[in-house]
Amino acid sequence: MKKEQTHTLSVLVENKSGVLARVAGLFSARGFNIDSLAVGKTEDPSVSRMTIVVKGDESVLEQIEKQLNKLIDVIKICDYIATPHLERDLALIKVKANKNNRSELLQIIDIFRAKIVDVADDSLIVEVTGDEEKIAALISMVSSFGILEMSRTGIVAMARGCSILTVHS
Amino acid sequence: MEKTGAEIIVECLEREGVSIVFGIPGGCNLPFFDKLYDSKIRVILTRHEQGASHMADGYARSTGKVGVCIATSGPGATNLVTGLATAHMDSIPMVAITGQVRTDAIGSDAFQEADATGCTRPVTKHNYLVKDVKDLAAVIREAFYIAKSGRPGPVHIDVPVDVQRAVTEFVYPEKISVRSYSPTIKGHAMQIKKAAEYIKNSERPLLYVGGGTILSGACEELRAFAEKMNIPVVTTLMANGALPYDHPLYMGPLGMHGKYSTNTAMQKCDLMISCGARFDDRVTGKLSSFSPHSKKIHFDIDPANIGKSVKVDVPVVGDLRSILKELIAETPKKEHKDWIHQIQAWDKEHPLSYKNNGGKDATIKPQYVIQELHRLTKGEAIVSTGVGQHQMWAMQWYPCKEPRHFLTSGGLGTMGYGFPAAIGAKLAHPKKDVICIDGDGCFQMTMTELATTVTEDVKVIVIILNNYYLGMVRQWQELFYKERFSASCLVAEGGKRTKENEPDPKLIPYIPDFKKLADAYGILGMRITKTEEVTPALEKALQSKTSVILDIVIHPGDKVFPMVPAGAGLDEIIVDMA
Ligand SMILES: Cc1ncc(C[n+]2csc(CCOP(=O)(O)OP(=O)(O)O)c2C)c(N)n1
Ligand SMILES: [Mg+2]
Repeated sequence: MKKEQTHTLSVLVENKSGVLARVAGLFSARGFNIDSLAVGKTEDPSVSRMTIVVKGDESVLEQIEKQLNKLIDVIKICDYIATPHLERDLALIKVKANKNNRSELLQIIDIFRAKIVDVADDSLIVEVTGDEEKIAALISMVSSFGILEMSRTGIVAMARGCSILTVHS
Repeated sequence: MEKTGAEIIVECLEREGVSIVFGIPGGCNLPFFDKLYDSKIRVILTRHEQGASHMADGYARSTGKVGVCIATSGPGATNLVTGLATAHMDSIPMVAITGQVRTDAIGSDAFQEADATGCTRPVTKHNYLVKDVKDLAAVIREAFYIAKSGRPGPVHIDVPVDVQRAVTEFVYPEKISVRSYSPTIKGHAMQIKKAAEYIKNSERPLLYVGGGTILSGACEELRAFAEKMNIPVVTTLMANGALPYDHPLYMGPLGMHGKYSTNTAMQKCDLMISCGARFDDRVTGKLSSFSPHSKKIHFDIDPANIGKSVKVDVPVVGDLRSILKELIAETPKKEHKDWIHQIQAWDKEHPLSYKNNGGKDATIKPQYVIQELHRLTKGEAIVSTGVGQHQMWAMQWYPCKEPRHFLTSGGLGTMGYGFPAAIGAKLAHPKKDVICIDGDGCFQMTMTELATTVTEDVKVIVIILNNYYLGMVRQWQELFYKERFSASCLVAEGGKRTKENEPDPKLIPYIPDFKKLADAYGILGMRITKTEEVTPALEKALQSKTSVILDIVIHPGDKVFPMVPAGAGLDEIIVDMA
């Protein structure tokens, strides 16, 4: 068995309706597992950028890339596995908090440089941005207070330095 | 000039050189059909949209041109899906145009609304929902370009009825480019050099030839290369005809029901040169024991095919025709006499064969029927098939003289493909004999198109190898399910039978009576039960002016051999049961 690794792919696609369905359909039809998928606009209004996090060995990743490339609306794919890059996910976490433990919670949030974006009598919403590890760490720290609800954007990524991913690069 | 969407579609089709379309009208494509009324494009009105899709496919396979089929929204579009999937699996260039409900009604569960592009997305190379008439011309141009370039495939265009009616200034897009789509045509020079080195150093090379060779139009180059390097050729089901059957270097088909010699050659070769073949599991058998001693060269237009199931030593992405041309220039002449003799010796040891058990009551041997057909037509007819035993017998016993003459659903294995595909092919080649070798099960899936052959005056011959069973299912049940014939007998309640209560095929009444069915359509029907009647019946069928149903009664116990059981290695080939 070859080694399974988590890969972060950035995929530039035509900003057209149906593209997301094509990509999602490809993953389900071919039995590839998506850990996370995020889509958004880019500097070029005709292009959207998808960030897809997948697990697989070398040959699975090779197939994923080749099959994605076959989709007519896919313009370019970049696997960041061997490139220094940044990954960011944003999470909104609604945590139970009462008068007694609120200050303890605030301390944790402060350490993580997270933000409180909403406060209610017995709960508050924490907003945190970071890579997978940081968010996992925060979640584990606040879970003892009781997590009521969580919503995340999924990872977006970008290469560090001057390496650029655009249609023309 | 201002034009309506419907006018634009017709004009664009004409400019693409389309001379024939297959389809059925309905509420959501009436504007389009209204414009076809005045057009030079011939409309073939089919009796089912599945028929239209397979006709367009048969037209495309036999010509290399893009086949066009048309349907209305909802059920019309969903009826096309099987035909699109069939074409998709075999990389056949097609364009399907469907009507859709009004743009402002999309998503409202309107009458005859289906998410057509949602249905066809996984079974097409690409698809479009055109919401603005201004985009229509460019979309059609792009669709044809995508369908026929690179690895070909079907493309679907869904056009809401209001877009067909809408008016816009029409400018024909002479040039198109799709920034995210540029298939590689020329093979990498270094890789081709490397392949040439492997070939020069090989003692037992084998050309493993697939349908891509025919799709790329590379058969001449294949022949030139094989002759120059003196390399034997084996073909997949899809490549029947890539090299003339009587060429000295042609060794025959390989795979699950291929020959002993070709499968053995695959196992023993020291170099496999794969040309437009995709290592389908029906060819490779168990992967871990597939061609264990060979270095592997793989030529393919689709990078995703390379390394998908089998690791190769020299991958070359590009159009086969261009690659082979360069390869011919890179390689010196060579001889492989001993190796070729070895394969021929294997073939002598276990040739394709069947037992004619003789006797007065003997049933007709299906292989004999096809052999006779081959003799009478010199292997030059266009032959289509359904899926099952008859298909495998056709592959074994009707090796073609020319490419694009063997039309079969290899990838998807679509029962019912053969008959409509034959109609499409005959419309493209009115002077050629076009014959569908079909099963009694398969024919019943699309025999609705009999009416089409009459109204359109298309003559095709259907030879039904009638074993009153879903024969290939029965074969598997006999070999691997303890002879429990569950739902495979076409004349028994629930399709259920045991071997003991199998009636004499010559005596049972078959439903339908195919001869009477032919009568009902005013075409020639014959039911043949005796071996000596076979040749005269075939001759009569070939001479007939109308279409023909030749119902040939064979024995349900006849099996396709050789056979590599599913999941077994090619070495485990069963040559015969007896
Ligand atoms: C649409 C479809 N349904 C089911 C099958 C499964 N199948 C493969 S071969 C076969 C039997 C075909 O019977 P028939 O046409 O009589 O051909 P025979 O094998 O008897 O020559 C069946 C049911 C299929 N290939 N396609
Ligand atoms: Mg049958």
